[in-house]
Amino acid sequence: MSQQKKKTTIILFSGDYDKAMAAYIIANGAAAYDHDVTIFHTFWGLNALRKDAHAPVQKGFLEKMFAKMMPRGADRMGLSRMNFAGIGPKLIKHVIKKHNAMPLPQLIDMAKEQGVKLVACQMTVDLLGLKPEELIDGIEFAGVAAYLADASEGNVNLFI
Amino acid sequence: MNVAKVLDAKGLSCPMPVVKTKKAMDELTSGQVLEVQTTDKGANSDLPAWAQASGHKVIDIKEENGILTFWIEKG
Repeated sequence: MSQQKKKTTIILFSGDYDKAMAAYIIANGAAAYDHDVTIFHTFWGLNALRKDAHAPVQKGFLEKMFAKMMPRGADRMGLSRMNFAGIGPKLIKHVIKKHNAMPLPQLIDMAKEQGVKLVACQMTVDLLGLKPEELIDGIEFAGVAAYLADASEGNVNLFI
Repeated sequence: MNVAKVLDAKGLSCPMPVVKTKKAMDELTSGQVLEVQTTDKGANSDLPAWAQASGHKVIDIKEENGILTFWIEKG
């Protein structure tokens, strides 16, 4: 069939549930298209990679503040529109169930299962005071050069 | 038509029909036919597009009582 696999790279900058869901749906679709898929998480998008359980780590005051104010894990992320102080996500999850669509945490599991490469941007991990222990297993840490290496061969490159 | 495998993807939403079809197709060998049943209206465009890009051939499509059935031959 194809000589070399096509590539899809997605930068997930947003920490919104809906935008992350779109990113992961595209990633799963691209994996089904037999693309090599990379999702590069930076800034608020890193929250999709946080474990939902509290991880005991040493942190300074500012880092603790950041950790408190950001959603711990994909399931706690808010919506980009109609968040209504947290009621919006509940409504969305209800309709996701009703329509038999996949909620974000399962989309992330499915992506891992399909071999999607999940990358955390090291610089913003440090900036937001996140520790590797707080992030889910099976991810890689990298910088802009690694992203560009993938993206420059990318057939689909998205920034979400 | 000789169907090697039947995939029940009814009730599933995007992107699952394509994801499951890809998985099922991986288990077949070239020339074998996969039957996919889905209720996802988007599959009408999705599955033929996916099949073409992946080198497979859609042999037939049928719609009955809201259920879309595809027969795809592995390339």
